[in-house]
Amino acid sequence: MWHIIVTSTPQLIEAGLKYTIPISVISFILGLVLALVTALIRISTKKGAFWILKGIARFYVWLFRSTPLLVQLFIVYFGLPYLKIAGLFPNGIQMSPVTAGILTFSLNTGAYCAETIRGAILSIPNGQWEAAYSIGMTRTTVLRRIILPQAVRVSLPPLANSFIGLVKDTSLAASITIVEMFEVSQQIAAQNYQPLVMYCLVAALYAVVCTALSWLQGYLEKVTSRYVTTSN
Amino acid sequence: MIEVKHLNKTFDGHNALTDISVQFPKDQTTVIVGPSGSGKSTLLRSLNFLERPESGIYQFDSDEIDLSQPISNKTILSIRRRTEMVFQGYNLFPHLSVLQNVMEGPIQVQKVKKAAAQQAAIDLLGKVGLAEKASVYPSQLSGGQAQRVAIARSLAMHPEYIFLDEPTSALDPELELEVLKVLLQIASEKQSMIIVTHNMAFAQQVANKIVFIEDGHVLYDGGSDAFFETDNQRIKDFISAMTFSNI
Ligand SMILES: Nc1ncnc2c1ncn2[C@@H]1O[C@H](COP(=O)(O)OP(=O)(O)OP(=O)(O)O)[C@@H](O)[C@H]1O
Ligand SMILES: [Mg+2]
Repeated sequence: MWHIIVTSTPQLIEAGLKYTIPISVISFILGLVLALVTALIRISTKKGAFWILKGIARFYVWLFRSTPLLVQLFIVYFGLPYLKIAGLFPNGIQMSPVTAGILTFSLNTGAYCAETIRGAILSIPNGQWEAAYSIGMTRTTVLRRIILPQAVRVSLPPLANSFIGLVKDTSLAASITIVEMFEVSQQIAAQNYQPLVMYCLVAALYAVVCTALSWLQGYLEKVTSRYVTTSN
Repeated sequence: MIEVKHLNKTFDGHNALTDISVQFPKDQTTVIVGPSGSGKSTLLRSLNFLERPESGIYQFDSDEIDLSQPISNKTILSIRRRTEMVFQGYNLFPHLSVLQNVMEGPIQVQKVKKAAAQQAAIDLLGKVGLAEKASVYPSQLSGGQAQRVAIARSLAMHPEYIFLDEPTSALDPELELEVLKVLLQIASEKQSMIIVTHNMAFAQQVANKIVFIEDGHVLYDGGSDAFFETDNQRIKDFISAMTFSNI
């Protein structure tokens, strides 16, 4: 058994470094940007034609939270090539597996993080808005200088949850032919007939990455909470 | 001078303020008193548009705003930049140090250079007796200290008026005293202020003018001395009730 672990661990780590981690990191960053924009649109007080944007933002969050991630991956990678739009996409929308993966993961995590950020913004006491408005700040300045810095602290734990969840969910990318960590473990198991060892091994590697992320979360929480004196 | 005429404000059909006409003279301290729920906060918050009255005229020097018409963001911003508000619950920015709390407005709103804003903030913190607290965060302050920082934060904007809504109601008597001293000092420097307070001794000492509100109506509007010597039984009862509860 040691032999199996020693020989296959480097292969798994290679797949992790090549696919699992980059896909997770890039998707999460894109997802965060999307989430922030979506959250800001949803809490906006702008009137007029802005309701269309608000509708789109709501629909987007609803869509990606109400359907399974695996199904989303299949639609984007296997389904969109059949979406033929004359003039625009005469041959359907074709993407490499990695592009399709990153796109889907970003959209999916973005929908969840949008709700996290929106909730964090709404959790900041109204008195903070009132104090900042009374000073004469515009709404944008209030958000940028007063509300969002506080919301970051509130949203860190749930955002870390989303990131850790995303890292594990990238194992679904195996189903759209990406040779990430889980896919490699399946391939090796098919050769050495040791599924128990291989899948436990890959599980341990996911656990290592996620544990590192928990530490990072702890560190960031400490940095952003300097100003709070809590009971702990 | 700030003046409102025939101001009305309702909450869900319930009248919070009815036909309020009051002047708030410059360089003076106007104290608003009245029973709980009478509309004092609503009146004060209407003066910087944290509440939006439905009708009436709001006059600030030569600028006249018809409250029954839509009011532009620009107008609201310009009023807010000439006035400051001090809240019962301080509402300091918890993620900024005490010094940064005082510098934030001048830098972000008035575009003052950082070095100048910092020097002014240090001076103001000295004025409210908190020079040594400049680098701590609001969560590390006592209530009295927090409120004095909030006062320094409002002074940093050099406002034409400061509105204070029960600035000491959340404080123990000892801490209350340190805040009241600062306010008396500021009042003596002819800073225009409008203060809502339940502290009758303080009101008597600081007020040039008193406005008594009950159930959304102005019952008294005049000098401080006349208010405390009034024959009006309703006001007499109020003062004695308030004075008793302050013992
Ligand atoms: N946001 C609100 N929504 C609905 N009703 C409100 C709101 N704010 C105030 N009111 C009502 O308006 C009336 C006046 O309230 P206001 O807070 O101005 O009284 P106050 O004189 O400041 O009282 P206190 O001394 O207790 O602070 C009250 O009846 C109150 O219930
Ligand atoms: Mg009040």
